[in-house]
Amino acid sequence: MALSRKPAGALPAKLTRKTDWKNYITQYWFIYVILAFVLAYYVIFKYIPMYGVLIAFKRYTPSAGIWGSDWVGLRNFERFFSSAYFMRTFRNTVLLNVMNLAFGFPAPIIFALFLNELRHQVFKRTVQTISYLPHFISLVVVAGMLHDFLNNTGTITTVLNLLFGTEKKVWLNDKNSYRTIYIVSDIWKSLGWSAIIYLASLSNIDTQLYDSAEIDGCGSLRKMRHVTLPGIAPTIIILFILRIGAMLSLGVEKTLLLYNPNTYEVSDVISSFVYRRGFGIDGRADYSFSTAVDLFNAIINLTLLTVANFTARRYSETSLW
Amino acid sequence: MIRSGWRASPGEFVLRAINVLVMSFVVVVTLYPFWYIFVASFSDPYEVVRTSGLMIWFKGFDLYAYKEVLRHRLFWTSYRNTLVYLVSGLIVNMTMTTLAAYALSRRNIKGKGVIMKIIVFTMFFSGGLIPTYIVVDNLHMTDTMWSQFVPFAINTFNLIILRTAFQAIPDSIEEAAIIDGASAAQVMVRIVLPLALPSIMVIGLYYTEEIWNSFFRGLIYIRTDTKYPLQLILRQVLLSNVMGQSDQSFVDTNIGQTVKYATIVVSTLPVLMVYPFIQKYFVKGVMIGSIKG
Repeated sequence: MALSRKPAGALPAKLTRKTDWKNYITQYWFIYVILAFVLAYYVIFKYIPMYGVLIAFKRYTPSAGIWGSDWVGLRNFERFFSSAYFMRTFRNTVLLNVMNLAFGFPAPIIFALFLNELRHQVFKRTVQTISYLPHFISLVVVAGMLHDFLNNTGTITTVLNLLFGTEKKVWLNDKNSYRTIYIVSDIWKSLGWSAIIYLASLSNIDTQLYDSAEIDGCGSLRKMRHVTLPGIAPTIIILFILRIGAMLSLGVEKTLLLYNPNTYEVSDVISSFVYRRGFGIDGRADYSFSTAVDLFNAIINLTLLTVANFTARRYSETSLW
Repeated sequence: MIRSGWRASPGEFVLRAINVLVMSFVVVVTLYPFWYIFVASFSDPYEVVRTSGLMIWFKGFDLYAYKEVLRHRLFWTSYRNTLVYLVSGLIVNMTMTTLAAYALSRRNIKGKGVIMKIIVFTMFFSGGLIPTYIVVDNLHMTDTMWSQFVPFAINTFNLIILRTAFQAIPDSIEEAAIIDGASAAQVMVRIVLPLALPSIMVIGLYYTEEIWNSFFRGLIYIRTDTKYPLQLILRQVLLSNVMGQSDQSFVDTNIGQTVKYATIVVSTLPVLMVYPFIQKYFVKGVMIGSIKG
């Protein structure tokens, strides 16, 4: 059998001779055609928008285009930082995210630990499968359910009234409850799904560690503290970094579905503000201003991710890069 | 002596009992909303209003709500739209993502490292909402079905998952095929794709879920209501009497409770029917994704 082409592994690492290059091209031209398409996609839909960020420093008019519009320097940023919206949206974004980290992040870990302790395998599997369910429901339906259950005759309102004697009201119009509703519904939707990764990590822990801990006289709680938690710590750290990196971008869809002008003071976040200003939902659309706010958001995000990653690398062996 | 099974100390026993109770609570809180909506949607609308949201069985039997949903012109149009976006979107998503993942999983590709960096960078920084909108608008895609999947052709996270799966296929199999005279395209179609089929299907499910549940891309790019995806119409029906969601002028402002429930049932039932069977593939996807981390 004649070898018309060299196998992939047999190509020399450095291509110097003409024949080497010829071989390389015959072997891989197909790959480069694909990569051209892929790069085209990323350039058009990801990198040209990055260039478009320039309009944050301009007064954008569609007729003049991105390059042709007038430069205004940092005026759009000044307008944002000096407006009342800056403090409001920044505070809300940070608060919702910190609360989400404080309550939403540990919830699936605790759930996974509890689930892991269940002895009855059929019960365990049933609970687990049911806990995935809300993940598959669209955010719009979840929001629709929340609006219904939290209005003055809704399910949750009624249950709260029966248990704690709270007022029967439209809870989503209540400024003091908005954040709680946001966080709790988030936990409800993602609890089981987010627990998967921890459960997988739990099942990788060497069972001998549990046996020896038991011989040393540890009960379930101490086993959890000294064997289970250290075992899943790397997973927790990685997910924590990822969570921090996505911090300020989180929640535009959900906010748009849950908020209303009554609660803007506590519910309006940077991304929902960017959407409203960008598309002129309340007032005139202002592309440049909206983009400036969005850019501010993106820079904070990138900084947070870098800091989180740096900290993790410094204090543990686990990091993203 | 190792304690196990039912020969546990009283303390352990109490812990286990609490655990079972907590888990049962989770199950009830997860399932009740769905059961209530299902039961209420078939019940007498007046009875439903009177129960204040607490029902565990049908109260009367009335198909009024479902008749209303059937009559809703835009609901079925949007259902069809979503199916069109789903099928076209899946073709674009799967072709682009699979090819990209394949190309980037090959060894000995010059420039691969740079391209990978270019791609991964977009996960950490993006041009944002308006600059992306301007690009899509300049391509004359706004208010067309293309806007619903072309700008989202490759989800970088899915790309990385699939690339990892392709890389896991042993070199020796491909080398054998190349020695037998297979071209790069043949290696992909005959060897790599079949071997990575489970992972490809997981990615397909991810994209399906993404398109089925998306409403933001419809909200931004689609202006004509007859082109709305299902989730956008759902938003109008379910949030029809919520303040500040005022762009929904063409829907009655006071859609009855049971009609909303019936809408939820009709739009969510397909998902609920298939989810017990496909959830294990999704779970598998989470695992593949975690290998990378």
